[in-house]
Amino acid sequence: MDIQTWTFIIVGATFSLYIGIAIWSRAGTTKDFYVAGGAVHPLFNGMATAADWMSAGSFISMAGMIAFLGYDGSVYLMGWTGGYVLLALLLAPYLRKFGKFTVPDFVGDRYYSSGARMVAVFCAVFISFTYVAGQMRGTGIVFSRFLNVEIEIGVVIGMVIVFFYAVMGGMKGITYTQVAQYCVLIFAYLVPVIFISIMMTGTAIPQIGFGSTLEDGTYLLDRLDGLSEELGLVMYTSGDKPMIDVFFITAALMIGTAGLPHVIVRFFTVPLVRDARTSAGYALIFIVLLYSTAPALAAFAKVNLVDTVHNVEYSEVPEWFTNWEPTGLVEFNDLNNDGIIQYSGDPAVNELHIDPDIIVLANPEIANLPNWVIGLVAAGGLAAALSTAAGLLLVISTSVAHDLFKRTLKPNLSDKNELRIARVAAGGAVIVAGYFGIHPPGFVAQTIAFAFGLAAASFFPAIILGIFYKKMNKEGAIAGMVAGVVFTAGYIIFFTFIRPDLNNAENWLFGISPEGIGTLGMLLNMAIAVVVVRFTKEPPQHIQELVENIRVPGKRT
Amino acid sequence: MDEKYQEYWKRNLTILVSLLIGWFVFSYGLGILLAEPLNSIRFGGFKMGFWFAQQGSQYAFIIIIFIYVYMMNRLDREFDVREE
Repeated sequence: MDIQTWTFIIVGATFSLYIGIAIWSRAGTTKDFYVAGGAVHPLFNGMATAADWMSAGSFISMAGMIAFLGYDGSVYLMGWTGGYVLLALLLAPYLRKFGKFTVPDFVGDRYYSSGARMVAVFCAVFISFTYVAGQMRGTGIVFSRFLNVEIEIGVVIGMVIVFFYAVMGGMKGITYTQVAQYCVLIFAYLVPVIFISIMMTGTAIPQIGFGSTLEDGTYLLDRLDGLSEELGLVMYTSGDKPMIDVFFITAALMIGTAGLPHVIVRFFTVPLVRDARTSAGYALIFIVLLYSTAPALAAFAKVNLVDTVHNVEYSEVPEWFTNWEPTGLVEFNDLNNDGIIQYSGDPAVNELHIDPDIIVLANPEIANLPNWVIGLVAAGGLAAALSTAAGLLLVISTSVAHDLFKRTLKPNLSDKNELRIARVAAGGAVIVAGYFGIHPPGFVAQTIAFAFGLAAASFFPAIILGIFYKKMNKEGAIAGMVAGVVFTAGYIIFFTFIRPDLNNAENWLFGISPEGIGTLGMLLNMAIAVVVVRFTKEPPQHIQELVENIRVPGKRT
Repeated sequence: MDEKYQEYWKRNLTILVSLLIGWFVFSYGLGILLAEPLNSIRFGGFKMGFWFAQQGSQYAFIIIIFIYVYMMNRLDREFDVREE
């Protein structure tokens, strides 16, 4: 069978599975809709968290970015896994004990203030829309590349599917579809890499193959360093970003991960505090399965890519190259008109432009894998994009229905009506997200800087101080969040929109790039909060008791 | 009663601080700050600093979380605050 047929069959089968699960797990109450009834097994929550977390970017783009950045790409690997340690140790168990529905819920209750709640709602909605637009776009791109439909139609198909299970099932529907989506995406990611590892290094475990020798007896990584030197690229195993920037980006990604609302709410869905702890551990195992494979894939693919196209006559290029040329992901521009492709780190000589996404998308073809593997990669990319989109849309819908309507505007709203509003809000959010997917706003390219930077500078410190600093009051928390967000957003906006020409290490504050500035934003947030708290009233007694209560699992009030 | 909870919290904080030191050492320490000197040590095809940044740190994170789970479960039982 050809690639198209295989892709239709595999994508069709996975989509039917998701819809089947959605019908089976309809939500009956707001508790079902917001936190899946609080009855999700920690192992399933771990899988759902992993799918929720691993986005189109993790699946499609990350390995490619590492292939081109080498050591510098480690910021993503450490940043997006190390955040789970913070989540497990500093947030998840206490928020589970708190036992409400949303992140703005915690901020609003802990800081006894609807002002604080509104700041949190604003941050949650902004972060989630920034992030979800990229997922819808990713869905459209996968559709257009593998099934030859327009990107717009791909986005609409994705919207329909997400609409189905997010609006009907809420968190309950999302949780169980995410479990299925995790299985699809991890299988789709690992299969081609295992094939390639066997072909190139003779071992089936990519994490070991990564450090093994190639057929000619040289180590894979030495080969890469050699190629980097030969072609004038950055040394693969040492990179060239300044250490301070590597440090701050890693920290911003870790802290941002722990502060992203769609990840935090997953820990509201398990029954007990100890389940929240274990569940974070399971989630990280499932995530590391992909994240420890990605750098191996990056190394395999880069060697493969250079070997198959560098110094090769254009008329002799392998079939995948011509297949992918129409998408613009690979481009050959014969500068010296010799008909041979020259790949180089020197822009004056380089004739080959490669989009990082090609590493995952075209990898099965580059390595000559069977057609069904290519269909599988399409289904995996869609699973990664849709699962993350659903989690984000739920955050938007709960922030509106619960925090805005129920807790602020209409406190005596009945459960049934609240559920209705939540469904309408979820539907509305799907439409807005789809619109952004079709007409991506400029800031989508800065998703990483914005979403992680803002999560790091707003929620993370507010929650941490709320748990670990009993005397933290509303004045301190609000001042801190506002300062953190304004500083971080201002820095990113300045360097990416207002003066992109100045966006280089010479002009950065302490040499920290916009991607890493969230770390400084977080420190600023904490510093301001701690100063303001000294000049303002201490929090009321019942709030201090609330804090003591969330610190101990079995303690009742 | 309150003293018991204070003591539980103090022990909890000790566990957190020691595990977070481990978290820092295995990522920022070995994978970033000391990566360059560690790169002169090799095992197989890996340079140590590079390996910690792209592989070792992730495995360390998993181990740290499960040590935390184990220690906290033990602490919960010791202080009789385990949820039923």
